Amino acid sequence: MEQWSPYAVGIGIGVLSWFTFLLSDKPIGASTAYARTAGMLEKVFRGEKVGEMAYFKKFPPVVDWEGMLVAGIVLGSFLSAWLSGTFRLEWVPSIWAASFGSSPFLRVLAALVGGFLIGFGSRWAGGCTSGHGISGTLQLTLSSWVSVVCFFIGGIITAFLLFSFGV
Amino acid sequence: MSAQPRKQVNVGWVKELHARKGLQLGLGFFFGIIFGFLLQKGGVTRYNVIIGQLLLSDFTVVKVMLSAVITGMLGVRFLNSLGFVSLHPKPGSVGMNVVGGLIFGTGFGILGYCPGTIAGAVGNGSLDALFGGLVGILLGAAAFAELYPKLERDILKKMDYRDITLPELLNISPWAAVFLAALLLGGVLWGLERLGL
Repeated sequence: MEQWSPYAVGIGIGVLSWFTFLLSDKPIGASTAYARTAGMLEKVFRGEKVGEMAYFKKFPPVVDWEGMLVAGIVLGSFLSAWLSGTFRLEWVPSIWAASFGSSPFLRVLAALVGGFLIGFGSRWAGGCTSGHGISGTLQLTLSSWVSVVCFFIGGIITAFLLFSFGV
Repeated sequence: MSAQPRKQVNVGWVKELHARKGLQLGLGFFFGIIFGFLLQKGGVTRYNVIIGQLLLSDFTVVKVMLSAVITGMLGVRFLNSLGFVSLHPKPGSVGMNVVGGLIFGTGFGILGYCPGTIAGAVGNGSLDALFGGLVGILLGAAAFAELYPKLERDILKKMDYRDITLPELLNISPWAAVFLAALLLGGVLWGLERLGL
């Protein structure tokens, strides 16, 4: 089946989180893996002194459980799309194209800017839509409930503003 | 703010499993495959679905997230009460979560993926995710690491509430908080269905 009910998927992710806590002592999360990867890439260009930075002392630039999780997401999503015949290479999503045209350059540029803010903001907030939005809220953590509300407030305002400029 | 005792893992085989480093990396990959499969099946690895949520025209993202939270909350709390799992609440502050959350949100509205779903987007062939978003996230994380010492001094500690949880904050029993949260989140889902969204 190409797509499942959002409730079935949500319950599946909830059950998955039981097992990540039980078997790995880890909440599902993603953004820390990008920070570690950024550190690993920086090390290639700037050498070992990167490891001395305060942030990378806190999150050493190595492949850890979460890095493996993010790599697994790529494969799992590929398998799902491929098995249901929906895998397709695409530069510009249709809703973007309807408002801003089908230029890959503009879309990639926007994705780069948006990605930068996501990478910066998720590290600032200490988590993303997975780590705070699902794992943190399910533990009833105050920091996560505050964060996820702000993610969506910021996202909704930005999306409405952006699309008000579309054609 | 009461001092509710926090229960840690106290089961031998579970502790031993957690200590097996190599196996854990494999488990992380395995869990990631399932997570990615589910995200893709839910449609939330697609820009159209995520931006539809932020434009309030498609509520798939909220339905996936809230049903995951309700399910996860019940099971994880139950396993915790039996001593099978430890909780890992993240520390935070207004300076961290509100400011960082709004920066994240701004990026979310432009990119239309988040750090977890973008990996899934790459997996199902979205090239804007691979060549734009992913590069941007890595640059953003690197920039944050660069500015971290200064930010930590100036803003990340503003109105610090550490890793306090809602039951601790409200001084109610954890199960009462779980019940209230399930009622609230379930009510939101019920409302969405009632409105035909």
